[in-house]
Amino acid sequence: MTRRSRLVLFVIVAPVFAALFFLAAQGLPSFGSEFHPYGDRAVEMATGQRATANVVSSVNFDQRAIDTLGEEFILFGSVIGTIVLLRPAPEERETGLRSAGRVLPTTRLAGYLLLPVSVLVGLYVIAHGQLSPGGGFQGGVVLATGWHLLYVAGRYTALRRAASPTVLEIAESVGAAAYAAIGLAGLVIGGAFLVNFLPTGRLNDLLSGGTVPLLNGAVGVAVAAAIVLLLSGFLEQEVVLRQTEEPLAGSSISTEEPLAGSSMVADDAEQR
Amino acid sequence: MMLLIFLALGLVAVTGTMVALTQQPARQAVMLSVFGLTLAILFMTVQAPDVALSQLAIGTAVVPLMIMLTIQKVGGPQ
Repeated sequence: MTRRSRLVLFVIVAPVFAALFFLAAQGLPSFGSEFHPYGDRAVEMATGQRATANVVSSVNFDQRAIDTLGEEFILFGSVIGTIVLLRPAPEERETGLRSAGRVLPTTRLAGYLLLPVSVLVGLYVIAHGQLSPGGGFQGGVVLATGWHLLYVAGRYTALRRAASPTVLEIAESVGAAAYAAIGLAGLVIGGAFLVNFLPTGRLNDLLSGGTVPLLNGAVGVAVAAAIVLLLSGFLEQEVVLRQTEEPLAGSSISTEEPLAGSSMVADDAEQR
Repeated sequence: MMLLIFLALGLVAVTGTMVALTQQPARQAVMLSVFGLTLAILFMTVQAPDVALSQLAIGTAVVPLMIMLTIQKVGGPQ
């Protein structure tokens, strides 16, 4: 499609879309209005009977916990799919880690200093999901991204050694399965799937909200493992795998030397 | 408060347009990260801190990183 035809298409479609969007938005309650029937009921339920100070967590992990179960397994499935897609192709081989290059001492220091801070923040966000903004998903992502500060600090070998894919895969599966198991426990004890069957405690206590903190923990483990797995799939492709000179299957086995700079850490790659 | 919301909305519109107008994929990934940050600010101003936190973690860190690594791998336009 040429630039010109794209522009023509845009000029035709944009006003139509704008008009339809405007019409569709007319049916919405006006911005900042006081009328929120669902919100009022959700807040009343969360802060009253369920003693969950963070209403969003109450909706996500208690009142509408089944939706979050679905989301959990969407993430689970898509991470598995991505890992399958990113597996080494027949024409790719591990050439050993290319040397990380020079990492500035200040970058290294920042990485080491921020690593414990971000791990602590991640754990805090997971543990306080029922009290303050955040929860298993957000905390899990913070944990996973914080973990990759090791990569920023130039310690990719340490990163690979400390988090083996098998352990991560088990952690992700166990986290996802724990969510479903808590739901089944609700079915057995409370008579409905994912019902909040634990005592809810007092509002604003660390241990309040019944099953909400448990589900947050399960999601936290699953999400942290899933994101680390996902990023390690991409990093692996970039840092370790290289395409051989002859990409077609059936061609003679390439005997060239690994790429320059890889020999010094090649034994790391062999450990896997 | 309304003023802050409109300011944040304007920032989102500006950075979003900049993402669309950036030609080079690698630069686009960096711009996407900035766009994600302004979105997080917008979510804060409309009192959705939970969503803002998710947006901050996913939209400004994980997604741009995945795009950068992919570009590096497939060797996009230099």
